[in-house]
Amino acid sequence: MDMTPDPAPPAQPLPEPRRLGPLARLAPEPMKVVLNWGRRYSLWVFNFGLACCAIEFIAASMSRHDFIRLGVIPFAPGPRQADLMIVSGTVTDKMAPAVKRLYEQMPEPKYVISFGACSNCGGPYWDSYSVTKGVDQIIPVDVYVPGCPPRPEALLQGILKLQEKIARESTGERYAPAKPSVQALTSGLVTPPAPAPGSGSGSGDTK
Amino acid sequence: MTETTIGIGGAAEGTDMVLNIGPQHPSTHGVLRLRLVLDGERIRSAEPIVGYMHRGAEKLFEARDYRQIVMLANRHDWLSAFSNELGVVLAVERMLGMEVPERAVWTRTLLAELNRVLNHLMFLGSYPLELGGITPIFYAFTEREELQQVMEEVSGGRMHYMFNRVGGLKEDLPNGWTGRARATVAAVRSRMGRIDDLVLGNEIFRGRTRGVGVLSQQDVHGFGVSGPIARASGVDFDLRRDEPYLAYGELADTMRVVTRTEGDCLARFEVLLEQTHVALDLADACLDRLTDLPPGPINQRLPKVLKAPEGHTYAWTENPLGLNGYYLVSKGEKTPYRLKLRSASFNNIQALTVLLPGTLVADMVAILGSMFFVVGDVDK
Repeated sequence: MDMTPDPAPPAQPLPEPRRLGPLARLAPEPMKVVLNWGRRYSLWVFNFGLACCAIEFIAASMSRHDFIRLGVIPFAPGPRQADLMIVSGTVTDKMAPAVKRLYEQMPEPKYVISFGACSNCGGPYWDSYSVTKGVDQIIPVDVYVPGCPPRPEALLQGILKLQEKIARESTGERYAPAKPSVQALTSGLVTPPAPAPGSGSGSGDTK
Repeated sequence: MTETTIGIGGAAEGTDMVLNIGPQHPSTHGVLRLRLVLDGERIRSAEPIVGYMHRGAEKLFEARDYRQIVMLANRHDWLSAFSNELGVVLAVERMLGMEVPERAVWTRTLLAELNRVLNHLMFLGSYPLELGGITPIFYAFTEREELQQVMEEVSGGRMHYMFNRVGGLKEDLPNGWTGRARATVAAVRSRMGRIDDLVLGNEIFRGRTRGVGVLSQQDVHGFGVSGPIARASGVDFDLRRDEPYLAYGELADTMRVVTRTEGDCLARFEVLLEQTHVALDLADACLDRLTDLPPGPINQRLPKVLKAPEGHTYAWTENPLGLNGYYLVSKGEKTPYRLKLRSASFNNIQALTVLLPGTLVADMVAILGSMFFVVGDVDK
């Protein structure tokens, strides 16, 4: 009887957040349309208000512009209950880890609107030593709203664009295995496999 | 991010909890982080951790010429953009020894006061929101939208006006604008009662703020606190009266410095509310004066390359949130050698280290909200 203890169990793979069940491909098309329709008009928004743009975000949620009529609900108690994150304002290098962490806490499917020049690309702080040049360096962004700060109407337009995108979306494509990145095209040469011991090549010592 | 340490000097079974508030937190003022040490519900020590919004504006000033600086300068305190531009151009004008046309002086005063109303309305709305009353912010933003429309007609911007130029303003006021501005000021004043009665007269609001977070005069001076917060503690100091710049010297009969002596959250709110009324009165007085002024230039022709002569100067202004200072050192280049910002909010929030200890966690939001700060102004 083998009394040796079992080797340490292999590390359990962490739950994969970006995963579809095997039966997803069997879902009828009308069902997918209905699901997309539901998603696009019930976007619980988590406002990552950082700077000036946050004031325009608040203005967009107030009575004159009122984005609740588009189905955007600004009462998410936290990122865990939100579908949409709006990054409004300058992301600094000190703040960036918090942005990424809160994004990762959001449940799938999740969307991001980058609101304002600073979070798009650094904006007027493009040459600052402490500003992240675009929030898309740390999290994926669905819609960019340009402006410094953008008007509330621009945010409404951005929300409409996002809703169009959600309507067109297919979860199969969204959660498809990642394609090789563009960076692979410009990466360095692949290192050749190490020569097997004993198979001297070109040394000329044939036996 | 929380940790517990065994209490020192507390009850035997007590543990101190170190609690992190922020950097992202539900009160509306962005990303200030507070590190609190708690003993049960009571705060034993508090430390504001700043820097999450540091954008390096002061360093960027050194790489921008004097026209471009204005654009960065109005973004650090995004609620009082016009007043921020003003400080920079005042400093540069003083260095150049430049005389500003009278029309520009009065228009600047008018727009600065309208900007003050805009700034105060934001806090008059957001402070009750933090205490759980949702309605006032909708009223405040209705007024803000009206005023922003007036400002936008002049400058083309809703928040960042970029209307100041060295030597004056960008362009003259549009035709018929003064009439529309006057109507808007009157409309806003007529509806200010909604905030007066709804918020200030509210029993719950008074209960949450009266006697909470009392800031002593000594601490005001110790931390360099300024603006409405200092005046709520009985420090009777306002640059508009005590060292008049722009046209404030001639507005002495309209200008009232609002002070309170209690120094608590309610006093700070009352000062802000009454200052809004004063600012509206000042705007009216400026409009009266503007209509009487003869037509004339509103800016000066500038050379193609604007260079400040070698030297240094310090200009300070009474911004909506307190004293803003601009220390400008020039070596005769077209960019400043150094432009140091003294921003009001940075000093104001330092007072939290003495204000918060001894209070309850539930009162923290009331105190934090009543300090009326803008995080960009803290971190620059």
